[in-house]
Amino acid sequence: MMIPCPFCGARGSAEFATVGSKPPPRPAPDAPPEAWHDYVNLRDNPAGLHDELWQHVHGCRQWLVVTRDTRNHAIAAVKAARA
Amino acid sequence: MDCLSIAATGAAMSCCFGRGWLAVVVGVGLDDPMKYSALAILRHALTGNRSWKPVWRQPEPRAAYDTVIVGGGGHGLATAHYLAKLHGITDVAVVEKGYLGSGNVGRNTTIIRSNYLLPGNTHFYEHSMKLWEGLEQDINYNAMVSQRGVLNLCHSDGQRDAYARRGNAMRIAGVDAELLDAAQVKAMLPLLNTDNPRFPVKGGLLQRRGGTVRHDAVAWGYARAADSRGVDLLQNTEVIGIRVEGGRVRGVETTRGFIAAKRVGLAVAGNTSRVAAMAGLRLPIESHVLQAFVSEAVKPMIDCVVTYGAGHFYVSQSDKGGLVFGGDIDGYNSYAQRGGLPVVEDVMEGGVQLFPAMSRLRYLRQWGGIMDMSMDGSPIIDRTPVEGLFLNCGWCYGGFKATPASGWCFAHTIATGQPHALNAEFRLDRFATGAVLDEKGVGAQPNQH
Ligand SMILES: Cc1cc2nc3c(=O)[nH]c(=O)nc-3n(C[C@H](O)[C@H](O)[C@H](O)COP(=O)(O)OP(=O)(O)OC[C@H]3O[C@@H](n4cnc5c(N)ncnc54)[C@H](O)[C@@H]3O)c2cc1C
Ligand SMILES: [Zn+2]
Repeated sequence: MMIPCPFCGARGSAEFATVGSKPPPRPAPDAPPEAWHDYVNLRDNPAGLHDELWQHVHGCRQWLVVTRDTRNHAIAAVKAARA
Repeated sequence: MDCLSIAATGAAMSCCFGRGWLAVVVGVGLDDPMKYSALAILRHALTGNRSWKPVWRQPEPRAAYDTVIVGGGGHGLATAHYLAKLHGITDVAVVEKGYLGSGNVGRNTTIIRSNYLLPGNTHFYEHSMKLWEGLEQDINYNAMVSQRGVLNLCHSDGQRDAYARRGNAMRIAGVDAELLDAAQVKAMLPLLNTDNPRFPVKGGLLQRRGGTVRHDAVAWGYARAADSRGVDLLQNTEVIGIRVEGGRVRGVETTRGFIAAKRVGLAVAGNTSRVAAMAGLRLPIESHVLQAFVSEAVKPMIDCVVTYGAGHFYVSQSDKGGLVFGGDIDGYNSYAQRGGLPVVEDVMEGGVQLFPAMSRLRYLRQWGGIMDMSMDGSPIIDRTPVEGLFLNCGWCYGGFKATPASGWCFAHTIATGQPHALNAEFRLDRFATGAVLDEKGVGAQPNQH
C-alpha cells in the first residue's frame, strides 16, 4: 500500500504508523461516563471508506488523516491532521 | 468430498491404532452406517470406496426456527452442536454466507493452548483444552488433535520473570506449565538459534498439553455432528438484515428470504460490526487482517509450537512437513482478507532470526483472514440489549483454540438466557463498567493486542 503524503509524496505504508480511526471530538472532562465510553471504546468499523490517523514516522513526522477503503485499501484522500 | 473421505479414513485409522481398537472393530459401525470406524473403512475398501455418502444435508431453509446461528465458522458450528447435544435444542439453522469453514476457522495457524494469566480467561481456555482432549470421541471425527506442546521463548531476565509469574498463575488454576532453561530449550529444538547476540534465548514457558488441531476438520466434524442431530446447515445464505420489533428479535433477512427465529446468535468473527449494525448495535470491535504462511514440506525440524518472545513470530510444522507460521497483524482496519508486504517481510525476518535454516526454504502459500479485534483483546459471549439476540465475538487472532468452549458457553447462554460461570466475565458491558480483561495491558488500542 502506498500512501500519498501531502508533504513528501507517495511512500510505502511501512514508513507510516497508524493509531486507527480518526477519533470524534474529545468529550468535555465532566461529560457523562457514557460519552467517554463511546469515545474510548466504540467504533463504526465500516467496510468501505474509513477516516484514520496515520503519522509519517519515517518521513516528515506529520500526522495525516487518510481516507481509505477498508475493502481494497484504495486511498481516496489524504490531508494534514492539523489543517 | 475428497477431503471429507480422507478425514473419514483418518478417523478410523486413529481408532485402529488406539488402545481399544478391537472394541472399535467389533462394536461399532454395524448399527449406524454414518459412523466412522475401522469396520466402516474395511467395508468401504472392499467396495472400492464408491459408497461414501455426503456427511451433511443441503436443506432448503424453513420459514421459521427456534434458534438461528449466523456464521458457519468454528464457533457457529460448535454452538449448534452443543445446543443440540447438551440442551436438546435441535430446531436450529446455521446460516453461512459462503461455504462452511470459508472464514477464519479454515485460515488460522491451528494452535491451541490455555496459557493465559487472568482468571476470567484461564478457566475458559482450560475448559476449551479439556473439550479438545475429548472432541474426537464426542463427534466421532478425526480432528488430528496433536498435543505437541507450545513453547514461548524468553530473551531477557525480565521476560523470564514474567513467564514464571504466568506459569505460576496457570498452575494455580490447574493448567500445566513448565519453565525451561536455555539448555532444555536447546535440547528440544536443535535448529533454534539460541545465541542471537541481541536476543539470546534464555529459556521458555512450555505448555505440553498445547499443540495443534487440523482446523478444517474441526469445522467439518462439528458440522456433521450438528447435522446428524437435525440442525439445518444453510450455506450460500447471507444475512442481510436482522428484524427487531419492540426490542425483540424476530428473525433474519437473508439472500434466500426471511427466516423467523425466537433466538438469534451472532458468530460472524471479522464481520461482527457489520452484522450487529443490522440490529442497531455499535460495538467495541475493529476488523483487522492477520496473515499466515506455509513453506514447502521438509523432514521433521520443529516438533512443537514455538513463539518468539522478542519479535512477532510463531511456527509449527504440519504433519505434511510444511512450516506453518505467522506474526503480527497488519495494523490497520481491513475487510480485504489479504495482507500487505511489510508484514510478510517482518514475519520472514523473525523466522530467520529464530531458525536460520528457514532462509533456505521456499514458501508455497500466504493468505489473510479478517479478525474481530476487541478493545481489551478478550472475547465477548453475552446477551445484547436486543431481547433474544446473542453475541459471540472479539476473538482477535486467538479464537481457534477457543472453538469448543466458545460453542459450549454460547450454547449455554442462548439456551438458558444466562451466561455460564465460564463466560461470565466476557460481558459486553465490561468496557462501559471498566471491568476489562486486558492480558497485555495496552488499553483500547486493538492494533496493539
Ligand atoms: C491467519 C490467522 C491465523 C490464526 N491463528 C490462530 C491460531 O493459531 N490459534 C487460534 O486460537 N486462533 C487463531 N486465529 C483466530 C481464529 O481463526 C478465529 O478467532 C476464529 O476462527 C474465529 O471464529 P470462527 O471460526 O467462528 O470464525 P469464521 O470461520 O470466520 O466464521 C465466521 C463466519 O461467519 C460468516 N459470515 C459473516 N458475515 C455473514 C453474514 N452476513 N451472513 C452469514 N454468514 C456470515 C463468514 O462467512 C464466516 O464463515 C487465526 C486467525 C487468522 C486469520
Ligand atoms: Zn511525509
